[in-house]
Amino acid sequence: MMLLTCPWCGPRNETEFHYGGQAHVAYPERPADLTDEEWAEFLFFRDNTRGPFAERWAHSVGCRRWFNAVRDTRTYEVLAVYRPGDPRPALGDAVPAPTPAP
Amino acid sequence: MAETSTLRRSPLSHLHDRMIAASVTGDRAVSVTETPFLAQVSLRVEPGTAAAARLGTVLGGALPDGVGRTMTAGTLGVAWLGPDELLVVAQADPQSLTAALSEALGSDRGAVVDVSANRTVLELSGPGARSVLEKGCPVDLHPRAFGPGVAVTTTLGPVPLLLWQTAPATYRLLPRTSFADYVARWLVDAMTELGSPEVP
Ligand SMILES: [Zn+2]
Repeated sequence: MMLLTCPWCGPRNETEFHYGGQAHVAYPERPADLTDEEWAEFLFFRDNTRGPFAERWAHSVGCRRWFNAVRDTRTYEVLAVYRPGDPRPALGDAVPAPTPAP
Repeated sequence: MAETSTLRRSPLSHLHDRMIAASVTGDRAVSVTETPFLAQVSLRVEPGTAAAARLGTVLGGALPDGVGRTMTAGTLGVAWLGPDELLVVAQADPQSLTAALSEALGSDRGAVVDVSANRTVLELSGPGARSVLEKGCPVDLHPRAFGPGVAVTTTLGPVPLLLWQTAPATYRLLPRTSFADYVARWLVDAMTELGSPEVP
């Protein structure tokens, strides 16, 4: 079980939250100008980060607010939580994937 | 308008006998009742604004301003649900209460909505009440973290509800009406164990 700290409610059980995928995916400025490929890229393609990853969460049974969290995908450690609109805190970058063994 | 109060049935009217029968006595006594038909009004208002202050004046105190906080004035209570969302629960006529709050909000940004039928109110009380809730609520209910006057929206089992502690051994539970049957049966089941001697 994981405790997540809601920026408004403090630490709460993971079961009170919904996951919202990668954070800071900006909506295209002019969606109509996008090719099908670019539109599919925006809709469906996300980073598959190994290490600190900025992602969206909703405190769905609590205050019902969306917020962002930086979580280390290797350890599940939540490194930071911040409100929507706040910039992603600088917490190091993703770790390159290990070279697969031959 | 036709008088409908004699026709209405509370969401748990069919379980009142079961709830009474489930009462536990002894060291870990606990009982559950429904307090139906309370007026409930949903407030959306930006905290710290003049509109929030006017709503507070109508309600009889400053609006709660953070997680867990509540305000009570007589039989009326206000719980914090979110940064700009509050719930008023009162023994009052919902229509006149809503009208008074709407007038106080005026044309400022926000909303006042009568949601009296949205949730029903269960009251769980007795020295065993905390043990019952701790079987299915992820929030820390120990007195170091929770106590009278604290209210949070959380879950009991799988059901989202507002949990409001009103006295040292009394909790108000406000599930949505459609979940009330499940919550009442869940509580009746969870209370049963407390009638037996505690297993050390
Ligand atoms: Zn929250």
